[in-house]
Amino acid sequence: MNSGEKQTPATLWPALAGTALTIVYVILLLKVESQTEVIGLLVVGALAILATSWSGHLARAGQALTHHESILHLLVIFGALVIIGFFREDHFTLLLLTTVMLYVLATLGLNLQFGYAGVLNFAGASFFGIGGYTAAVLGAHTPVPDLLIILAGGVMAALIGSILLLPVLRTRGHYAAVVTIAFALLFKVFLEVNDILGGPQGLQVPGMEMFGWKFNNNIEIGALELSFYVNYLIVILLVLIAAFALVRRLERSWVGLNLDALRLDETAATCFGLNIVRWKVTAFLLGNFLIGIAGALSGMVIGFVAPTSFTFADSLILVSIVLLGGIGNVWGLVLATAIVVIIPEKLQAIQEYRFLLYAAMVMLMLLFRPEGLLPRPVRHYFPGWRPK
Amino acid sequence: MDIGFLAQYLMNGLMLGMIYALVAVGFTLFFGVLDVIKFSHGDVLTVGAFAGLATFLGLEAAGISHPAIQILIVVIVSIVLIAALGAVIARTIVLPIRSAPPLNTLLITLMLGTVLREAVRLFYPQGANPQPFPALLPTNSLTLGNFNLRLDNVIMLVAGVAVIVGTQLLLNRTKLGLAIRAVAQDEETARTMGVNFTLIVLITFALGSGLAAFAGLMNGLYYNEINFGMGLLLGAIGFSSAIVGGLGNIYGAILGGFLFAGLQTIGAVALPFASAYKDVFAFGVIIAIMAWRPTGLIQEKISERV
Repeated sequence: MNSGEKQTPATLWPALAGTALTIVYVILLLKVESQTEVIGLLVVGALAILATSWSGHLARAGQALTHHESILHLLVIFGALVIIGFFREDHFTLLLLTTVMLYVLATLGLNLQFGYAGVLNFAGASFFGIGGYTAAVLGAHTPVPDLLIILAGGVMAALIGSILLLPVLRTRGHYAAVVTIAFALLFKVFLEVNDILGGPQGLQVPGMEMFGWKFNNNIEIGALELSFYVNYLIVILLVLIAAFALVRRLERSWVGLNLDALRLDETAATCFGLNIVRWKVTAFLLGNFLIGIAGALSGMVIGFVAPTSFTFADSLILVSIVLLGGIGNVWGLVLATAIVVIIPEKLQAIQEYRFLLYAAMVMLMLLFRPEGLLPRPVRHYFPGWRPK
Repeated sequence: MDIGFLAQYLMNGLMLGMIYALVAVGFTLFFGVLDVIKFSHGDVLTVGAFAGLATFLGLEAAGISHPAIQILIVVIVSIVLIAALGAVIARTIVLPIRSAPPLNTLLITLMLGTVLREAVRLFYPQGANPQPFPALLPTNSLTLGNFNLRLDNVIMLVAGVAVIVGTQLLLNRTKLGLAIRAVAQDEETARTMGVNFTLIVLITFALGSGLAAFAGLMNGLYYNEINFGMGLLLGAIGFSSAIVGGLGNIYGAILGGFLFAGLQTIGAVALPFASAYKDVFAFGVIIAIMAWRPTGLIQEKISERV
């Protein structure tokens, strides 16, 4: 990025072309079945990224998009819709896409917690599970409308999370880690031995139904037949957009500035009159709320919840997505989740070895690129302004 | 409640406490010298137990069947191998990232734990299934009413006490221990006094990992079964114990280990209608203790430089 470039408004064409290529690439990757093709595509993708970043096109496209953020948002939504539309009949791929979106939603919550406020949470999967179990219990035993159930999942996660507030607020560093780790282990054991919540078998979650529209039916519009997952995907996409906008706005606002100050130096933040407790509580509860919502949606989509889905290992996967993406960067979350969820699912050949390879990959990442795939950029408030 | 039952519970609690304390001491040693949490510790323990089992099978195949020789060789091979593994991990992974943010260190060692765990599952023959662990110690037992005192448990308990006392003496009475404590207290001053920092760190990691291997063997001998996933929970319990006791303090770690086992036992005895909730109870109390004493029962001395 040389200084001459600074004055000219970045052109959008490379970004548009890049988006189109990315959409085609993702569709291809999701479409191909044979292992050689999958590996070939992954290699091509990696080479393409290396080549474009070497030639500077990647940086330029990224720059253009940060200047026109609303266009970037529209492009991503458009891309998601194109991909959903392409796979409209393919249950498996659509389920994979819902998983990606729900993980993004949950990691947005985690990102609020330790990406911005620096509050550690190693119990992400537990709060996800609280959302799912709330959906199961409310859906089966009460006539509460489904939209409210989704909200209730988030509220429950925040409420149960608030039990942890006192220890989380009082402890720091490694001592804080143990609080959430203990909670994650406790939560799973609790679910397994609790008969009311179904024990190790878990519970059924009734499918979503909104305004008389049953989500578990396939959609038929004339000759066009859509998988029932499309229902869920649309709702999840809307929720995700809302959550994304919320987190993005928070980050840009004075709230985000406060959270950053608090993470970087608590003592200095206090000296400037910030109420540390207040902002830590806000970040922790709001983060858990988002995770709980993701959990409730996930329970409804999959149709059942069981303790084995909410283990400490799952919490670790959520944490590593945040680190892999580049801590604090919301776009990094999207990229990292896509990598973490889709690649092991497509590479059936390494199915058996996927956790091993995954763990090794995260280790290498942390050793050689500790800032993550997409490091968090400096905020920019005015169009055309760039940090020197 | 019958006194025999209580004695039985006490014995079980002591055995568990010993295992937890051994793991917790490892955590606290590592934290002492490098200020890092090595979360792969639990899985190092698993590898130790599996190394012991493999050695045993090797000895059987080689036709050495005298139990005393078997247990001796199994213990030595396992501890030496795992101590070496610990030193290698310290050299290649922990030392290079010691100045990284704590979250990164925590995550990288957690991932290392996953690698070890998965490696055992995938590469040990039939590693995905629980493996029977041989009873290498004499299993004679003395029965007093409801209390069944097994000789192997007594031997393990005594051996555990000996190992902990030995570690304690090593740290407090030898020159090596002095060096370890010096590094823990102040790395730079220790260096200027001629302490070979890297060497001491490697030795400390070898020592802590050797303790983990010993705990792994104890765990195997106690339950007569080991599986690839046992390290995750044991590691988390050991970590919680070390934290609750107060990081960097060996007495704190021992206290924490026995405290956790005590909580589990109390949970099992006092909640007869819900003994399945004993772990929930134990972890719940741990969280409560953290709220009450945010830096552990024996508090770590922290002075913040601004």
